Amino acid sequence: MSIYVFKRAAFTLVTFVVVVSATFFLLRIAPGGPFDSERQLPPEVEANLLAAYHLDEPLYLQYLRYMGNLVRFDLGPSIKQHDFTVSELIAAGLPVSLCLGALALLIALTTGVAIGSFAAFRHNSWLDRCLSATTTLGLALPPIVTGPLLVLLFAVSLRWLPAGGLDSYLSFVLPSVALALPLAAAIAKLVRGACIEVMDQPHVTTAKAKGISNVRLAFHHVLPAGMIPILSFLGPASAALLVGSLVIEEVFALPGLGRYFVQGALNRDYTLVMGGVVVYALLILILNFVVDLVYVRLDPRIRIEDQAAAS
Amino acid sequence: MKRLWHDKSLFLASVTLICVVLLVLVGPLLAPWSYEVVDWNAVNAPPSADHWFGTDGAGRDLFARTLVGGQVSLGIAILATCVSFAIGVPWGAIAGYVGGRTDQLMMRVVDGMYSVPFILVVILLVVLVGRNAYLLFVGIGAVSWLDISRIVRGQTLVVRTGQFVQAARGLGASRPWIVWRHILPNVVGIAFVYATLTIPGVIIAESFISFLGLGIQEPQTSWGVLVSDGTKEMHSSPWQLAFPAAFLVITLVCVNVIGDKFRDAITVSSIRR
Repeated sequence: MSIYVFKRAAFTLVTFVVVVSATFFLLRIAPGGPFDSERQLPPEVEANLLAAYHLDEPLYLQYLRYMGNLVRFDLGPSIKQHDFTVSELIAAGLPVSLCLGALALLIALTTGVAIGSFAAFRHNSWLDRCLSATTTLGLALPPIVTGPLLVLLFAVSLRWLPAGGLDSYLSFVLPSVALALPLAAAIAKLVRGACIEVMDQPHVTTAKAKGISNVRLAFHHVLPAGMIPILSFLGPASAALLVGSLVIEEVFALPGLGRYFVQGALNRDYTLVMGGVVVYALLILILNFVVDLVYVRLDPRIRIEDQAAAS
Repeated sequence: MKRLWHDKSLFLASVTLICVVLLVLVGPLLAPWSYEVVDWNAVNAPPSADHWFGTDGAGRDLFARTLVGGQVSLGIAILATCVSFAIGVPWGAIAGYVGGRTDQLMMRVVDGMYSVPFILVVILLVVLVGRNAYLLFVGIGAVSWLDISRIVRGQTLVVRTGQFVQAARGLGASRPWIVWRHILPNVVGIAFVYATLTIPGVIIAESFISFLGLGIQEPQTSWGVLVSDGTKEMHSSPWQLAFPAAFLVITLVCVNVIGDKFRDAITVSSIRR
């Protein structure tokens, strides 16, 4: 167990360093500096600017400086948004994005599991077919379409919820639902498949033969096994949430990290984009790491393999 | 494979997809308006006999724009999928056939790349090379080959134990020759099915990136750009959102259904074997 954890942690750390280093060198090697697009600056001013951002130093020194600062959570000043450091911008945006992502994940998990298990218990009935068709549609509806549709329905026509911005907690409802929809559909599909598979297993047949109630069968025998694929789906799901949040924050004008990041990319704000990559990579890698650990706790096969390797 | 001919939802999806593709390819030639011509008499006009899908805020015919946008979206999807195919199949085949340390290293790279969301890579590419649309979508393909390479590696591990591979080895064939002549032809089929499954992802990726203003630029257009523009005008002229969004969603549903059915057919037949 401990060897496995250590291996995974080392792999996560190496991946993080590789991602950050690759991003750093790509951005520095690319033709065109951050000050090129503005009008021609006097050489002294340009030299001063480069010196202020340490861009006149040799590349390896810049890299060491950046990595050194990164350990202290200092991501440097934003190049385009003066008077702000990248850490300040991230601190402003990250809570909004995390809240959005967590809500969406919660909605996706609850509705996905409910729909998937319901469809599995009514396997091959008309209800199952309706739900399966709905999940197929849900998978194909990208948030750039569902977002505006939800706004039209609930904000413009019915006037129940705010259309955008961040005024109250109600502002999170529509964005998180739009973000959750494709994930809920994917989870429903996974759970349905897994549950149907479990229901063919001998231990379920035995339980049925012993005459236990349907509720007990569902909660004690089928659902726990049906949940396992969700766990391995959480890694890709977190990536999907991230990608979706960029779009959703744009549609609903939420002041989250995604908006700063996209703005940074549009203005070629090198340090801000770099900071965004650092935060996103860190979030996803940590989540993947945690999922791996939980997986080991649940799946005895990995534990046994590890013990065999250790002895 | 024969059962596939009798599958109603697969049939329906295929026919719809073929109709959409034909319409997208042929439609702009038949449309009364070109996609970039401005009709000053009909700015923000609702659908009519003249402009079948209405016009956009600049008075351009939305029917022609939706179809031309479809050409761009579908073209990019195919381009990016080809790139992912070209990287993923050899990567998986080599890792699977050579095995050992090479295999471990190559699959570690894949594992590592899985944890980097593709949109970060694409946004980095935008910062690096500017908004050059086609380069960008080659970039999408270059980061979406991971699934294919895993599947191909798994299949290669099965194929390499076959007697014909041992025979080839016994006859003194070189490793590149065995991979090229004996392994690849046997894994291409399954890779093709998984390529179908990556197409919807690529279409969605394109629409996301264009929606954020990082992808296709004016006067070129795509479904993502049209949905983005339509969203801004949806309160006053909803048809500008409705038509491109409908095309996008219908295409995605069809490609999803077709990919799923093919995958199910392959997994079921391999279980029965």
